[in-house]
Amino acid sequence: MSEIHGLDTFLQRVPYVRFLGMRVELAGDEMTTVLPFSQHLIGNPMLPAIHGGAIGAFLELTALAQLSLVEPARRVPKTIDITIEYLRSAGPRDVYARAILRKVGRRVANVQVEAWQESRAKPVAGMTGHFLLRNDEA
Amino acid sequence: MSDFDSAPLHLKMNLSPHAAALGMNLVSIEKGRGIMSVPWREEFVGDPESGVIASGVVTALIDHTCGLAINSAMDEMVPIATLDLRIDYLRPAAPRTGLTAEAHAYRLTRTVGFVRAEAWDVERGDLVATAQAAFMLNTRAQPLGAKS
Repeated sequence: MSEIHGLDTFLQRVPYVRFLGMRVELAGDEMTTVLPFSQHLIGNPMLPAIHGGAIGAFLELTALAQLSLVEPARRVPKTIDITIEYLRSAGPRDVYARAILRKVGRRVANVQVEAWQESRAKPVAGMTGHFLLRNDEA
Repeated sequence: MSDFDSAPLHLKMNLSPHAAALGMNLVSIEKGRGIMSVPWREEFVGDPESGVIASGVVTALIDHTCGLAINSAMDEMVPIATLDLRIDYLRPAAPRTGLTAEAHAYRLTRTVGFVRAEAWDVERGDLVATAQAAFMLNTRAQPLGAKS
């Protein structure tokens, strides 16, 4: 179960994951991340809507969590760049996300993430990012 | 939330619950430009080996500062929505150090705002991240920098 161990390490050791309140559900090797709704995630209380920055951070952490499943021995990868596309306003409800590792090379991974609320067919946001993989000594 | 509703822009930017939770602070504001900062806190750390702040905090700071720049460019507060946001993380921030971001809304049409942003930890000239974003404007406000 070294994969799960890598994921647990990531989730428990990164303080910012706890700050957001993010958690993970695993069905075999299929991972869904959950961002439970909380008042401190709200960006605009008039709508109300979850802050775009919180959504972006959740998408990026989902990519890092997925990488920790397949690369459990490494340190937390460094984010090189991300492009977030906002598709719908995220209401005051839980957000879910899944990541696809489009390529995991020796040094760089390309990861795509999609987030949704009520219906997976109606995503609230998507992200593509590049991540620098690091060995323990690096 | 009528307090939020009626608050002037410079207060509203600090009153957003997520911005407040991150301890975001408005540093300065002028037409089309804004600067905001976040402090370093243990709970914001993204890499426990180094104590460096999570890149997600940079993302939230930049998104928020871009919104400030757009709102400051317009004569009235209108709802805006981020279309896309691209961030390049040039280097990790210094350990146990907060961040500052400046955003410039350099072009506003009637429907879309284009923004560039930069973030740094210690020195303005030594950047941690650069960003480019587009926002939808729900507006009939006066376009900025457009031929009328």
